[in-house]
Amino acid sequence: MLGWEFPPYISGGLGTACYGLTRGLSGLGHRVIFVLPRGVEPTTAGFVQLMTPASLAAAAGHDPARLAELTNVELRPVPAMLMPYDRPEDFSNRAAVGLQMGAGDVETSSESTLAPKAAGTRAGVVVKEGIGAVGYGDDLFGEVGRYAGLAVQMALGESFDVIHAHDWMTFPAGIAVSTVTGKPLVVQIHSTEFDRSGENVNQRIYDIERRGIHYAQRVIAVSHLTRNILLKRYAAPPEKVEVVYNAIDRNGTGAEAPPSIRRDEKIVLFLGRITMQKGPEYFLAAAKKVLEYEKNVRFIMAGSGDLVRRSIEMAAQMGIGRKVIFTGFLRGDDVARVFKMADLYVMPSVSEPFGIAPLEALANEVPVLISKQSGVSEILTHALKVDFWDVNEMANKIIAVLRHPPLQATLREHGNFEVRRLTWRVSAQGCLDVYHQAVSAMN
Amino acid sequence: MPAVCIYFQVHQPYRLRRYSVFDTSASYFDEKANADICRKVAGKCYLPANQCIYDLIKLHEGRFRVAYSLTGVVLDQLQAYAPEVIESFQRLAETGCVEFLAETYYHSLAFLYSRQEFVEQVALHQEKIERLFGRRSTVFRNTELIYNNDVAKAASDMGYKAVLAEGAEHILGYRSPDYIYEAPSAPIKVLLKNFRLSDDIAFRFGNRAWAEWPLKADKFAGWINQVNGNGYTVNLFMDYETLGEHQWEDTGIFDFLYHLPAEVMRHPDNAFRTPSEVAATYPAVGQFDAPHLISWADTERDLSAWLGNAMQSNALQEVYNLEAAVKAKGDEALLHDWRRLQTSDHFYYMCTKYFADGDVHKYFNPYESPYDSYINYMNVLDNVAARAR
Repeated sequence: MLGWEFPPYISGGLGTACYGLTRGLSGLGHRVIFVLPRGVEPTTAGFVQLMTPASLAAAAGHDPARLAELTNVELRPVPAMLMPYDRPEDFSNRAAVGLQMGAGDVETSSESTLAPKAAGTRAGVVVKEGIGAVGYGDDLFGEVGRYAGLAVQMALGESFDVIHAHDWMTFPAGIAVSTVTGKPLVVQIHSTEFDRSGENVNQRIYDIERRGIHYAQRVIAVSHLTRNILLKRYAAPPEKVEVVYNAIDRNGTGAEAPPSIRRDEKIVLFLGRITMQKGPEYFLAAAKKVLEYEKNVRFIMAGSGDLVRRSIEMAAQMGIGRKVIFTGFLRGDDVARVFKMADLYVMPSVSEPFGIAPLEALANEVPVLISKQSGVSEILTHALKVDFWDVNEMANKIIAVLRHPPLQATLREHGNFEVRRLTWRVSAQGCLDVYHQAVSAMN
Repeated sequence: MPAVCIYFQVHQPYRLRRYSVFDTSASYFDEKANADICRKVAGKCYLPANQCIYDLIKLHEGRFRVAYSLTGVVLDQLQAYAPEVIESFQRLAETGCVEFLAETYYHSLAFLYSRQEFVEQVALHQEKIERLFGRRSTVFRNTELIYNNDVAKAASDMGYKAVLAEGAEHILGYRSPDYIYEAPSAPIKVLLKNFRLSDDIAFRFGNRAWAEWPLKADKFAGWINQVNGNGYTVNLFMDYETLGEHQWEDTGIFDFLYHLPAEVMRHPDNAFRTPSEVAATYPAVGQFDAPHLISWADTERDLSAWLGNAMQSNALQEVYNLEAAVKAKGDEALLHDWRRLQTSDHFYYMCTKYFADGDVHKYFNPYESPYDSYINYMNVLDNVAARAR
């Protein structure tokens, strides 16, 4: 599995989905070699370090309890400065910062590159430094290529049946490993360049996505919405593309939190990256309309992203600045806390391949209003749905939920019940079916 | 020697238009949609079915007899959008072989919330029937056959001789719906729907996966004959739209109907009787004790189709809360609007039972989700409430 982050360092749906699928597969009794890019800290000392997955993870700050659940999973961090949702500009900015921190701290070790399994155990290995320096002068695409090379080296020492790559940055690695080992490749599309950038697609990223889709034996899309984009804009052969929906980690709330103190003020929540794809300006426009009819309501925008500043300004210009709170990125318990406060969760996404957040909201007993232009609206029935551009209807529905407790209660109860059947086990089983198809296609 | 007692329910609600919280006008109903649907159903069902019934009445020289219950709201809409259907029902009335039942004008659940409103709506309904067809009813049915002992008593108090109900097994026990019963609470007879045979026609008729498909008139007449000696009447109660809408013409439903009387009457002991004739002819064999409410809806045959979740309960509560204020205003238009909002269909659309599975509730639902229907309804109700203040 060429994946992404591990908790608690999850920055969005991509990491959540990778982790969730891995858990599901492990739970079904399958062995997962989880490769993830891990930026190299310039201050770490030593050459080759043999570490168990647990200590490795502990060193990186992972939650040991979570890892205990993953009995069939082996972590393989690979040094690369790749982060989910990276744009070429972001990478260059980070590389520039890295240059300033001092290039000379990074050591070079010659033996480690060719024998990642030096001691013949199944322990994880930190390759202190590989071919070439990390990130210097490279652009994002260069780093992606480097990552591919490292992945091949690592893969040569492993035995596995299928390669599963998630989103474009891992596709060259997936293709390379598949070519070298002869094993089938399954690529999963969590978002396309069209979702991320509208019509201003980055041609190079598009090319990489397209190459991955056409090379792979099978393609998994997270919704029919996404599948249609793959067929239409990437000329993917229909028989190759399957839909496996995402799911959520916990079903039902965890430990019972004390009941929130009754407030007069209602709270409408937006939680997600504040970027074009997620429709923050539609949220604010609807908020303005709602506030004309309902005074006692506040809107929370929880998240970070490239449009945060613009959104703050927009709220001020609309004259609703006092009624909109920007919390910044929320993690862990803060997420649960904000859900507890919310009367309604709104996801006005312009183009959402899936959208795990509404499922989390429902699991936290918050009713949801979601964009019809989202993958998750294909499987959620107990949710309010609206076209993202229809600000009037969005406001109409928000006001209805705030004014009518029976509506809120019914949505909450039925929605909470509905998400219980959306488990990662089910998604993992879907992936397994696709793996079987990929293996047959190879032979 | 069973009677075959057929009654058809004819109803169309006044459907609401899209009404958001920003809407302020007092026009709540989607006239275009209601007109289109009315005309469509008239073409596919009402007119051809009425013709078939009329032809059968003539053919069998008065031995073929049926009953209809026509709601006030469907009569209003037919008068506005398809008056030829009214004429066709009047022709049927003139044959003397057709009975008209009594019910609430607005096909409402008023019985559960306001006895006063319930009585008023039944009176209005009777006036309408008398004006159009020149007669009054002697048999009563409540909306969607919602029934309990109190309904029987209310019907009896209003002077009706018989009341219709679902032949619910949990009340009948080992007993058969093919006999006549009486209510424990009042001197009124209860005619029970034989749901097996009724639903064979209404729901299963066109289903090719059904073991008994295709259902021909002679086979069905055979099933009716099996009741001989084991019951007085086979009560076939169903939606009129069965003929041509729920069961499309290409299922052969009209052919089935056309041949049915002849097949049934092949057996000399069989006879078609209307509900009032059944009530007059046969004695009650026992009591049908229904302390709790039953209906003819879904498999549960209870009230869950209209009162299964908090939204429905809230909407119904709110609409009847407005009764005093609306009536005090003395505004006829407001009163008529308020009453049209009581039609049971509005609450049926808010049902969340089986929503995820997609079924018969969704087929007739103009909304994308029960939540949308609740939001729409409450927005309209808010406007009505404002007018009533």
